[in-house]
Amino acid sequence: MSDARTAILARMRASLGQRAEDTARRAAVADRLQRAPRGVIPARGQLDPAARTELFCKMAEAVQASVARVASAAAVPGEVCAYLKTHNLPARVRMGADARLAAMPWAGQPHLEVASGRAEGSDLATVSHALGGVAETGTLVLTAGTDNPTTLNFLPEHHIAVVRESDLVGDYESIWDRLRQIHGKGVMPRTVNMITGPSRSADIEQTLLLGAHGPRALHIIVVAD
Amino acid sequence: MHITSPAFKDNARAALDDDALQRALGNVRSGFIGKRAKAAAALPEFEQLRDAARDIKDHVLAHLDLYLEAYADKVEASGGHVHWAQSAEDARRIILGICEAKKARTVTKGKSMITEEIGLNAFLEEHAVTPVETDLGEYIIQLRGEHPSHIIAPAVHVNKDQVEEDFRRVHTHLDPARNLEEPTTLLSEARAVLRDKYFQADIGITGANFLVAETGSSIIVTNEGNGDLTQILPKTHIVVASVEKVVPTLEDMSQIMRVLARSATGQDMSVYTTLSTGPKRPEDPDGPEDYHVVLLDNGRSAMLGSEFQEMLRCIRCGACMNHCPVYHAVGGHAYGWVYPGPMGAVLTPSLIGVDQAGHLPNASTFCGRCESVCPMRIPLPKMMRHWREREFSRNLNPAAARYGLGLWAFFAKRPAVYHAAMRLAIGTLSRLGRRSGRFASLPFAGGWTRFRDLPAPQGPTFQAQWAKQRKSA
Repeated sequence: MSDARTAILARMRASLGQRAEDTARRAAVADRLQRAPRGVIPARGQLDPAARTELFCKMAEAVQASVARVASAAAVPGEVCAYLKTHNLPARVRMGADARLAAMPWAGQPHLEVASGRAEGSDLATVSHALGGVAETGTLVLTAGTDNPTTLNFLPEHHIAVVRESDLVGDYESIWDRLRQIHGKGVMPRTVNMITGPSRSADIEQTLLLGAHGPRALHIIVVAD
Repeated sequence: MHITSPAFKDNARAALDDDALQRALGNVRSGFIGKRAKAAAALPEFEQLRDAARDIKDHVLAHLDLYLEAYADKVEASGGHVHWAQSAEDARRIILGICEAKKARTVTKGKSMITEEIGLNAFLEEHAVTPVETDLGEYIIQLRGEHPSHIIAPAVHVNKDQVEEDFRRVHTHLDPARNLEEPTTLLSEARAVLRDKYFQADIGITGANFLVAETGSSIIVTNEGNGDLTQILPKTHIVVASVEKVVPTLEDMSQIMRVLARSATGQDMSVYTTLSTGPKRPEDPDGPEDYHVVLLDNGRSAMLGSEFQEMLRCIRCGACMNHCPVYHAVGGHAYGWVYPGPMGAVLTPSLIGVDQAGHLPNASTFCGRCESVCPMRIPLPKMMRHWREREFSRNLNPAAARYGLGLWAFFAKRPAVYHAAMRLAIGTLSRLGRRSGRFASLPFAGGWTRFRDLPAPQGPTFQAQWAKQRKSA
């Protein structure tokens, strides 16, 4: 369909009164793509680390996520078990190959069964490790891969997401900077998920209901480090 | 889909007499407006962000050809395929071609207005491919054989008891005696039924809220998570997006994202904002093996450089219809095609022709609320006026309206004659209506008096009162 491409682009140039070889326009586009200027950044998230964590937790809870703060990574398996117990869930979770998760003392929870790999439709609870969180709106950011398969974020009834306090940022733009550091400018993992609370729908008479197609509950464990 | 825009007046009359619809429309009036106002007020930078969002899109539209080239190169560099569709028919053929190549029988769909615009579902069904809508609202209207009546709340015209009836009619494998009184039960039932479909589907089709030129990513914004299940479980993911969805960078997307959900549902951020780039990497345990983007023009390139270019800034949030008194009264179906409300009144004539959709720009009170809430600051009333001018210049409106406007123009251009005529008319009406203070019927005013009385003028004309007050002040 390269003919269609040529035709569409030619029609656009004709409508705009421009020619393809216009170097000034090309330079303007290349410059913006290269510089990626930040626009208006809300003051809301621009806080010192302690206040930023507070805001992240507050905003996440405002959108019906539950939040637990733990003192260290070693406390995560215990918190996961406590969450499952509180919600009358079987002591079983699934998680990916994330090294940060793998380093946690899961063996200290003898009753907990830990399955690995991508989610199955039958998984009730999964654990994934977030790349970071955005305090501005209580948004988690997770990236695809063997470490944290994307299906873990969407198929279970309960999604437990672990995020390090030092990975919380004030705004989305700081996350894009981090992604560029990791993957290179202009390169992305297959999927980047920004998740703000558990799944919901208001499609029946505009009444808000939780648990539409994704998880009914989102539990965030914020790890001090 | 069958276009009924030319019958707007009949559609509107039927809508006003439809009790169930009127009950459902109450939810639009009561819900959206307050939520948006609250979210906007909670962010001090909201108005500044609207300016920034407008400026970004204006910059993109002035360089649209170049950003599309940059975007397409990036998609291909990440292993995806880009297909360019000049028309709705081209887009349908391209998508069917992919379905045939993959021997697909079932496709799941995330919510996409573009696939409504190209009439994809009916076309796939004609070719033995079964489309399954997975957004709850879209699923409901697919069961009902209807089209969306709102761009973000497609089933806003449907009441709960109607959903219950539809589920009982279609989900015949379930116990007929089950209790479906609570909306949560309806939601759980849809969740369970659709869960199987995600796993059965050969292809997942989504729309896109943004396309990012910097990275070649397509972005969907949803609350349910259906779009994500649609695009990570099947082996093939097809994105269908119109050309104006492209933005330069992740930063630019973030600016617009900050006004999108707040304007749409009054959320600070929708639950799921997902950036997808190419097919899954070889080592990824999940995600699609094939990633296709269908870029649709369908008349948009002709809007560039015209008085309707600014309409291409639209991000489909629905705020204009949520705040529109005409939409509140008649709902979305009366508009007769895919896009209702003020944005539909401007866009529909651009895409299907003013001869088909000329009524829509007339269905406006010009109250200006749409423009005042549009996150992209699109001058919707101004553009509706452009359409009215075009309709008039092409003799598309009825003779009575043309003669009436001609007569009005004659007086409006001659102030002395106008004042004299008004003095005469107001004086006469005021004397005739002195006893009851109103008219139940009047010659040439049947359109008004059929539904309500016309109040009799009180005292002299406004101009006369104004002159008198200025003199005495």
